[in-house]
Amino acid sequence: MLVGKRTWIFEKKPVILSSATVVGPFEGKGKLADDFDQIYDDLWLQQDSYEKAERELLEQSCQLSIKKAGLNKDSIQFFLCGDLTNQIISSNFVARTLEIPYFGLFGACSTSMEGLALSAFVINGQGADYVLTGACSHNAVAEKQFRYPTEYGGQKPPTAQWTVTGAGTAVIADGNKEKGPVVASATIGRVVDMGLSDPFNMGGAMAPAAIDTIKTHLKERNVPATYYDLIVTGDLGKIGHGIVLHTLQTEGIQVTNETYKDCGLMIYREGQPVLSGGSGAACSAVVTYGHLLNEMKKGMLKRILIVATGALFSPITYQQKETIPCIAHAVAIEADDDTGGR
Amino acid sequence: MAINKQKEQTLTAKRYQKLEKEWEPKRPVLKNCIRAFFVGGFICLIGQVIQTFLMTYFNFTEQTVGNPTVAILIFITMLLTGFGVYDRFAQFAGAGTAVPVTGFGNAVISAAIEHRSEGLVLGTGNNMFKLAGSVITFGVFAAFVIALIKTILIQWGGL
Repeated sequence: MLVGKRTWIFEKKPVILSSATVVGPFEGKGKLADDFDQIYDDLWLQQDSYEKAERELLEQSCQLSIKKAGLNKDSIQFFLCGDLTNQIISSNFVARTLEIPYFGLFGACSTSMEGLALSAFVINGQGADYVLTGACSHNAVAEKQFRYPTEYGGQKPPTAQWTVTGAGTAVIADGNKEKGPVVASATIGRVVDMGLSDPFNMGGAMAPAAIDTIKTHLKERNVPATYYDLIVTGDLGKIGHGIVLHTLQTEGIQVTNETYKDCGLMIYREGQPVLSGGSGAACSAVVTYGHLLNEMKKGMLKRILIVATGALFSPITYQQKETIPCIAHAVAIEADDDTGGR
Repeated sequence: MAINKQKEQTLTAKRYQKLEKEWEPKRPVLKNCIRAFFVGGFICLIGQVIQTFLMTYFNFTEQTVGNPTVAILIFITMLLTGFGVYDRFAQFAGAGTAVPVTGFGNAVISAAIEHRSEGLVLGTGNNMFKLAGSVITFGVFAAFVIALIKTILIQWGGL
């Protein structure tokens, strides 16, 4: 059901039946290593190109979440997925292997929640019994496409971020038939461009999109920020997180350093050379489908709002001196015994 | 109306850009300069050692020793790039590793390695000079202009 201009409330309570996360070696040394299902200690994943390695991450994650759901791939109707590589080839190629009818999504690093929101919508509208959704990224593939060759010695400024190598996927199912954390509502982002153009400072560019979506979500769902135990943004890093926290607090929205976090700051340990924090389509995907859902299972969190942020630019547009259009999609996940009747 | 809206947007954007600047950590320019000075100087020192070594033990003169010295430095860069450590030094050293000939070598070699997965012709061959290409283009052009000036001065200036 649509409330306000762009918030969906899923009254049929679609649930996250299972989820899986697969990450690379660098993430395996991070703070959330225990929450990941599979950690590869080789950036190549024994493939002969990084692109194949990215594909492998996504495929493993998909297979694992299907297995954890106790299903086989034939019982899943749709696969909604995306990544950062040109023409979203990693998702396309995995869809070829899985042979599940497929929607390819591109929302840059916001793809994880774009996929989750749409999957929940499909389930809610009884368009399917089971939907598989997810996102992936690979550090070296992103570097190759958006920046410089991996081994090129260019000094990065302190505002730069580190693309997460990993994949996070989930199986979404009908809440009447299955149990799990409920996808309660979603707010679809609009593209916000505040005129920033530095590709080495994406957190700063994406922060306004996150603020816009968070404010709209709270307003349209008519809940205070304290309704959520935790609000997380996808990959804003130190700068973006600081700006969002500051702006929301100035506008009287009750968030603190404890109740508002950023996936890009949660995933790595102090001392890992990630400059401003993690980024990439996998950043919000692995933190949400790994760490946050585990916390919900343990009962540490009841209601969370995930706001995945994406920078919708290409290497060509920044070379042509265009600014960076950004987007943020918010999805609320609530423990199944606690949908609060809202 | 449309114009007003656009104006308003640019105002919000400007205000945001100001706020964002306050949150942005500054590039540590002084620290970067000092590091670049010492690392760059150290690379030059290695170059000098190689040069002196070649001139002492082999049959090179000050005029002919330049090329083999550069070749050895680039060979070392190739190994460091291939083993994946050059970019780590570079994050520390900045211009210190970028400006000497090792930086040029690293730009060519890293692109060559990166695109090996697309094959020798379409990958490595095509992309090797992706980063270093503009150095060559503008280097050759600058040399041409200087040569032109020199020729004109000698021909007509009687120098």
